[in-house]
Amino acid sequence: MALDKALPLGEPQQSPLRSLAIAVWRRPALGASALLAGPMGWLVLIYLAALATLFISAFWSVNDFTGEIVHSWTLDNFRQLVESSVYPHIALRTIGIAFAVTLTDIVLAFPLAYFMARIARPKLRAALFAMVLLPLWSSYLARVYAWRLILSHDGVLNWFLLELGLPRAHIGYTNWAMWIVFSYIWLPFMVMPIYAAIERIPGSFLEASQDLGGRGLRTLRKVILPLAMPGVIAGSIFTFSLTLGDYITPVLVGGPGSNFIGNVVFSNVGIANNIPFAAAFATVPLVVMAIYLFIARRLGAFEMM
Amino acid sequence: MTSNPNLESPAEDTVKSLDKAPVLVRLSQIHKHYKGTTAVEHVDLDIRQGEFFTFLGPSGSGKTTTLRMIAGFEKPDRGHITINGADITRLPPFERDVNTVFQDYALFPHMTVADNVAYGLQAKRVAKRDIPDRVAEALRMVRLDSFADRLPSQLSGGQRQRVALARAIVNHPQVLLLDEPLGALDLKLRQQMQVELQRIQREVGITFIYVTHDQEEALVMSDRIAVFANGRIEQMGTPVELYERPATEFVANFLGTSNVLQRHGKKWLVRPERIRINPTKPVLDMQSYHVESGVLREVEFIGMFTRYIVTLSDGSTLLIHEQNLDGFTVREQVRREESVWVSWSLASAYELPA
Repeated sequence: MALDKALPLGEPQQSPLRSLAIAVWRRPALGASALLAGPMGWLVLIYLAALATLFISAFWSVNDFTGEIVHSWTLDNFRQLVESSVYPHIALRTIGIAFAVTLTDIVLAFPLAYFMARIARPKLRAALFAMVLLPLWSSYLARVYAWRLILSHDGVLNWFLLELGLPRAHIGYTNWAMWIVFSYIWLPFMVMPIYAAIERIPGSFLEASQDLGGRGLRTLRKVILPLAMPGVIAGSIFTFSLTLGDYITPVLVGGPGSNFIGNVVFSNVGIANNIPFAAAFATVPLVVMAIYLFIARRLGAFEMM
Repeated sequence: MTSNPNLESPAEDTVKSLDKAPVLVRLSQIHKHYKGTTAVEHVDLDIRQGEFFTFLGPSGSGKTTTLRMIAGFEKPDRGHITINGADITRLPPFERDVNTVFQDYALFPHMTVADNVAYGLQAKRVAKRDIPDRVAEALRMVRLDSFADRLPSQLSGGQRQRVALARAIVNHPQVLLLDEPLGALDLKLRQQMQVELQRIQREVGITFIYVTHDQEEALVMSDRIAVFANGRIEQMGTPVELYERPATEFVANFLGTSNVLQRHGKKWLVRPERIRINPTKPVLDMQSYHVESGVLREVEFIGMFTRYIVTLSDGSTLLIHEQNLDGFTVREQVRREESVWVSWSLASAYELPA
């Protein structure tokens, strides 16, 4: 009968798709492999392999005459880094500004994220989301140039100060300028994870704290902050590592005396053609990040995730 | 609990005489509206010192909103709430001598059981050296002394419930508010906790205000019950009063089940367990019994009792519960769609107020 044929379970039909579906159902590992094959391949081949190459080449050197890479193990690159009068200074500047930017973004992002997650009504929240994310829609370069217009000697800031009868601020092309611009550029990357963490805290936790006699500050310190910590850490990983690796902002707003690790890497690859030395210096942010994550873990930042 | 000023009678004094106890919590003409809908209106309540008072009602009846206004999480649009005569209507939660056991327990997941229980004492700046003893005492009361160092995630639902209770009573509040605290537990555990809650309430002597939608729970535990419906209190009274003399059809059907019959222009209420069912016409004194016939529609074996559904000659449907006593049962002598006789004593029929 026609009806029988319409029923898929009536008669077993041998389609390859069907046997495949059954095989995957029987062995869940097969399904997981299918899911992960693409991303894992990408990760291993392109990401990890590149990273390994970088790390290994840091122990090679360049022949001064021919400019060719010498594939023999040496610690010369690292010795040069440590013994130089310039490079430790650059590394410390990079790390110091990355720290300052991270702290600044935490201080700025936390109240905003709290307001968005717990106080703002849906419409206002959507508007704030748009405002936080809007800068990400425009080019990074355009935004840094915009800050150059604001901070430079004849820029908007100084024009404004002069109008008010105040002296000029000499912020343009200094570490202060980098601090301001980095803090601005990476702020969305701090707001989002903190927002997500605060939004996840059940309202009854805050009510329970109040109910037990906890005023605002105690509730913030003992309940909200510890539970929002994973978000703060996630955000700080973004702001810290993005600042550590940047080399464009230092060029555009930092001026000549404000080199970052990234600028040294850039000039060693592009100008000096010393890839091994660039690789050696590039391992510094890597190690700093590893230490940073280790400390965060030790402080229990990941326990509530 | 020697330091507790609320502890007036020894624990063994099981029969409470609350009629003379002073009023502790008073709600007068409480109204609360949310954007166009009325959550609570015209709520007047007097809750006495030491009472186990229950707000009973279906979801959306206003019982939880009323509780949250006593806790301070919601502000009434109109009306006043007093505790011991002092107006607390405009006080924030942390200024009220009231603690809450939340429906989801709201235990802080990053703190141990002991830290959770100590939270209120620390917030109220109780002397540091007294805190460990009081925490231990509260945990002993809920029988969780050996769990002090666990995290909430390492506890079962029933244990979390008891931590929430300990965290509240350790502060010796004047009033303990419980928002459907047993809702998430399974039946056996719920019944166990009902007994535990009553024991603890007797031991600490704190006034309990308990919110539930479970009528059996309300009947078992409460000194008095307020039945909520549509934001108003339908009726208030002891469990026996509410069960035997419900003021409205809603109360009659929310507390247990009822047959409501229209006779002589009035509404009569007969509880299913007060009705007898017989295959033949029973010989009874017609002065004190009502007897009539009907057609048996359904017979359902429930375990402890058998449920019969009978259609009477006027078309109304009658629900009958017959206890399954040993030996004799009508169930084996009647058949569906055949005629049966039903009877009840006139004293069991209750005329609903118009």
